[in-house]
Amino acid sequence: MRLAEHCYRSICAIRGPLVFVERVFEARIGETVTLLAPDGQTLEGEVLKIDTEQVLIQVFGETYGLDLEQTSVTFHDIVKRAPLSRHCLGRIFNGSFRPIDGAPMFIPERWGAISGAPINPVSREYPREMIETGISAIDGLNSLIKGQKLPIFSCAGLPAQELVAQILAQARLPGAGEFVVVFVALGLTYHEYDFYRRTLEEMSSRFVAFFNLAGEPVVERLQAPRLGLTVAEDLAFNHQMDVLVLVSDMTNYCDALREISTAREELPGRRGYPGYMYSDLASLYERAGRLRDRKGSVTLLPVLTMPEDDITHPIPDLTGYITEGQIVLSREMQQKELFPPIDVLPCLSRLMQHGIGEGQTRADHRQIANLLYQYYAKGRDLRKLEAVVGKDGLLEEDQKILEMADNFERSFVHQGNERRDINQTLDIGLKLLGEYGVKLP
Amino acid sequence: MKGVVTSISGATVSVDIRGLQLYDRVYIGHARLSGEVVHLEKDSTTVQVFEDTHGLSVGEPAEGTRAPLTVMLGPGLLGGIFDGLQRPLPALQRRSGDFIQETHDVSSLDLQQQWHFAAEKQPGDSVAIGDRLGCISEGHLRHPIYATQAGEIEQIVDGPLRLESKLVTFRGGQQQYAWENWSVRHPRFGGHKRSAEQPLITGQRCIDFLFPMMKGSVAVVPGGFGTGKTVLEQSIAKFADVDVVVYVGCGERGNEMAGLLSEFGELQDTAGRPLLERTIVVVNTSNMPVAARESSIFTAVTMAEYYRDMGYDVLLLADSLSRWAEALREISSSLEEIPGEEGYPTYLSSRLAKFIERAGVVETAEGKLGSLSMILAVSPPGADFSEPVTQSCLRAAGAFYMLDTVLAHSRHFPAINWSQSYSLFASRAAKYFRQQVEPRWTELQTACRAILQQEESLREVVEVVGMEGLQDRDRLLMFTAERVRRDFLCQNSFSDDAFSSPQQTLERIAGIINNYRQAEKRLAEGEALADILRGDGDAAG
Repeated sequence: MRLAEHCYRSICAIRGPLVFVERVFEARIGETVTLLAPDGQTLEGEVLKIDTEQVLIQVFGETYGLDLEQTSVTFHDIVKRAPLSRHCLGRIFNGSFRPIDGAPMFIPERWGAISGAPINPVSREYPREMIETGISAIDGLNSLIKGQKLPIFSCAGLPAQELVAQILAQARLPGAGEFVVVFVALGLTYHEYDFYRRTLEEMSSRFVAFFNLAGEPVVERLQAPRLGLTVAEDLAFNHQMDVLVLVSDMTNYCDALREISTAREELPGRRGYPGYMYSDLASLYERAGRLRDRKGSVTLLPVLTMPEDDITHPIPDLTGYITEGQIVLSREMQQKELFPPIDVLPCLSRLMQHGIGEGQTRADHRQIANLLYQYYAKGRDLRKLEAVVGKDGLLEEDQKILEMADNFERSFVHQGNERRDINQTLDIGLKLLGEYGVKLP
Repeated sequence: MKGVVTSISGATVSVDIRGLQLYDRVYIGHARLSGEVVHLEKDSTTVQVFEDTHGLSVGEPAEGTRAPLTVMLGPGLLGGIFDGLQRPLPALQRRSGDFIQETHDVSSLDLQQQWHFAAEKQPGDSVAIGDRLGCISEGHLRHPIYATQAGEIEQIVDGPLRLESKLVTFRGGQQQYAWENWSVRHPRFGGHKRSAEQPLITGQRCIDFLFPMMKGSVAVVPGGFGTGKTVLEQSIAKFADVDVVVYVGCGERGNEMAGLLSEFGELQDTAGRPLLERTIVVVNTSNMPVAARESSIFTAVTMAEYYRDMGYDVLLLADSLSRWAEALREISSSLEEIPGEEGYPTYLSSRLAKFIERAGVVETAEGKLGSLSMILAVSPPGADFSEPVTQSCLRAAGAFYMLDTVLAHSRHFPAINWSQSYSLFASRAAKYFRQQVEPRWTELQTACRAILQQEESLREVVEVVGMEGLQDRDRLLMFTAERVRRDFLCQNSFSDDAFSSPQQTLERIAGIINNYRQAEKRLAEGEALADILRGDGDAAG
C-alpha cells in the first residue's frame, strides 16, 4: 500500500480511449486514475496493464483534448468502487455514476468494488419462485424465475423495448410483491432513451437508472453494467429487496469490448470479438442469483439485438451458453402482427421445471405447456409440408394440427397490452387444447 | 525463493525469481494469490495466477515453492465440494462469507476429522511401495491406504486416526500420513492397462440400447445451448452403476451447480444411499478465475484416478470441455502465443488427448480391476460440430452422442441424434447384454435401427407427397417410428422414468417391435390400417 496519491506528467502515448504512462511507481491493476486535460477538463480512468516501463490506462470519457506534454495523471491507490445507499432509488445517473436528473448526488452509506466477487456456489439458493410477467408466452411456456438470468434475443426493428416496458409495468412476484428495477441503458439512441425514461417515470421511485447514450463514451458502456449490478447486489443482499436488472442493449456492450480490445492490439477471436468475451460476459451475467438464508434476489434480463438476425452470431451464442435460457423474438411473428412477437420454439427457460406446478403455479401447468409445445412444433413442421403439397395433400388430422398452430399464435402468443395472470394464461391454453380434442394425460 | 512482481496484465504476472521450474507453484503479492509458472526466460518468469488480480501492484513480493500444483488425496474426498484448485467451498464459505473474497490457504481435507484405521501390518513388518497398510471405512467404501515408500515398519496406528497425525513411522525415521499430495498434471498410474469388457449402465435407454459405452471408455456429448447437455450429464451422474462419480462443473452456471448440490443432497442412488456420499463435485463457475478453470479438470481426474487405483469403477463427468478449451485459449492469448485454428493454441488437441488417455481399465497392484470412464460435454459455438474442440475430442473418444437442436426444440429429450451418433463398443456391449439380459438383444437393436433409418428416408418422400400419398405399409412404419421416438427414445429426467434398467429398456422396445410385427401381419392379411392402429392405440393406452 502506498496510501498516497501520485501525480505524473509522463504520458508517452494516447491511442483512442487508451493512455500509456511511463515511470509510474507501484501502480495497481484496476486502480482508478484521474486525468486533467490542458483545458481543465477532468476524466476518470482505470489501470489495465502494468509492465516494467509503462502503465496502460483505459479512459472513461472522450480523450479529445488530451496531449502528451501537459496532461497530468493522478493515481488514487484504490480500485474502482461504486457509492451505495438506498437513497439511489428513483435516481438517474450516467455511465460514470454522475446524476443527470438535476438533483444532487446522494451521500453514500458504503462503497463496493464494481467488479464484484463471485458468489460461492455452495451459498447459492436454487431459484424456485416464478415471476409473473403477465405475458402468456413467457409465463405459460418459458417461466421467468426469481434469481434467473433470461435474455431477450431481438432483431433490429422488432419491438423489444415495448416488450420490456410491458414486463416492467406488469411483473409481479408471487404474493403480489413488487420489484425494484435497476435499468442499465447502453448505447441507446435518444428516441429509445426517451421511451424508457417515460416508462420509468411511471414506476414512481422503484428504480435506479444508468443511461449511456449512443453519442456518449464507449468505455462507459463497459462500466455502466458493473455499476448497475453492484447497486443491485447491495439493494438485494443488504436491503432485502427483489431486484430486476434490465440491461439494454448487450450488443452495444460487446461492440465496446471489441473496440477496446483492438485498441489494445489483442488477438481477435470470432468476428473480431476478443477471446475472453465468454468470461467477461459471465462476470456480468453470473451476478444474478439468490443466497441461502437471505432475503432479496437479483434477476437479470439482458436485451440484445442479433446482428443479421443470426442466433449463431458470437453475441447471442455466448450469451445463450451462460444464461438460463432465452426469449427469442422473430420477424415472422412480427409480420403476422402478433404482439409480443415471441417465437416460442427456440425459447427456453432452464429453471422453469422447478418453479411451476402444484404449490407454485398450478398442477396442470407442466402438462399444458408440454402439450402446447408438442402440437405447435408439429404444426410448424406441417406448415413446411403444406407449402409443398398444399392443404389438400395433408391428412385430416394434420390439417387440424395446422389450424391449431395458427390459433395458438393468434390467441395464446398474441395478447397486445393486456395483462394475463397465470390462471388466465393456462385457461387459454387449456381451452385451445380442448377445442381440438386434446386431453391432459 | 523470493522476488518481486515486475509486470501485470490481467492474470498473467511476471516475477523476477530465478531457478524455478515449469509448472512450479508461486504465491503472488501480499494477498498470496496462487499461480503456476508457464514461461521461463533468462531474466523473467511468467506466472499464470489462479485468482483475481485486481488491486495487485508491481513491486509486491512473490514466493516460489519449487513444487507443482498438487491435490491432497486421502479419505474425506467423497461428498466434497471443491473449486478448481481443490479448495473446499463449504470451508471457504465459513471463512469469507457468501462471496469468494481473497482466498487463504484452506486445507483440502479436514485434518481434524476422526477416522477408523484397521491396520493389516504390524510393527516389524517389511513393506514395499504399493503394499496395503490397512483400510479406512469412508462411507460405504473401503478406502485402502498403500505404502508410498519401502521399509520396515516401526510404528503403525491401529484404531482412531486423525489425518493431521502420522500413520506409519518407518525404521530410519521416515513417516507416512493417511493422505498424500499428487501433482495434478501427472497421471497416477504406471501399471498395466486392460481392455474394457463391461458395459457402463447409464440408465438412459438411447445410450444403453443404441450407443452403449463401456467401463473405462470415453464418450463425448456435443450440443448447442439448450440441447440438454447438463440435464443428461446430471441424470447419468445420478444413476450410472459405478462406485464413485466425479462431477466437474467447468465454467458453467452457478445456479445450475446450486441445483445439482441441493438435488444430490436429497436423492439416493440405486442402492438407496445419499447420492453425495459417492460423489465428488469440482465447481469452477464461469465467473470464477479462468486459470483455475483450466486446472479444474486435472484436479478432478487426479481424484478420480485415486479411487480407480483402489479397484473401484469411477465415472468422471465434465461439463463442459469447451469452457476448459476456452480458458486454455484465453491463457494462451494472454501469453501472446501464436494461435492455431479459431484462436485455440496448437497444443489443444495433444493436451486434450493426454487428458482423455487418463481414462481406462487398470489392474491395480492387488490384482483388482479399476476403471475410469469419462463423459465429456462439449458446447460447440453456434452448434457447429466442425470446430476444433469437438473434432479433437472425437479423435480421442470412443463414443459420440450428438445432441440435436431440432430434437431439443421439439422437446425430444435426451436429444441424442440417432443417425449421427455412434459408439465403437456396440458389438462388445451387445455380447454382454445377450448373455446377461436377453438373447434377442442384437436382433431387436437391428430392428430398431432399421425402423428409424427407414423412417428417415420415408420422411423425404412425405415432404414431397404428404402422408396421404404413402402406402399403408409405409404409414404403419412411420407410426411405429414415432412410437419408438416418443415412448422409447424420449426419457423424462424429471420423472420416475429417469432411470431405465437394461431389463426395462429391453421390455419396452420388445413391446413396440412385437406390436409392429403383428400389425404388419394383419395388414398383409387385408385388414384396414385405421382399424389396426386403433386397436394398437388402445393396447398402448
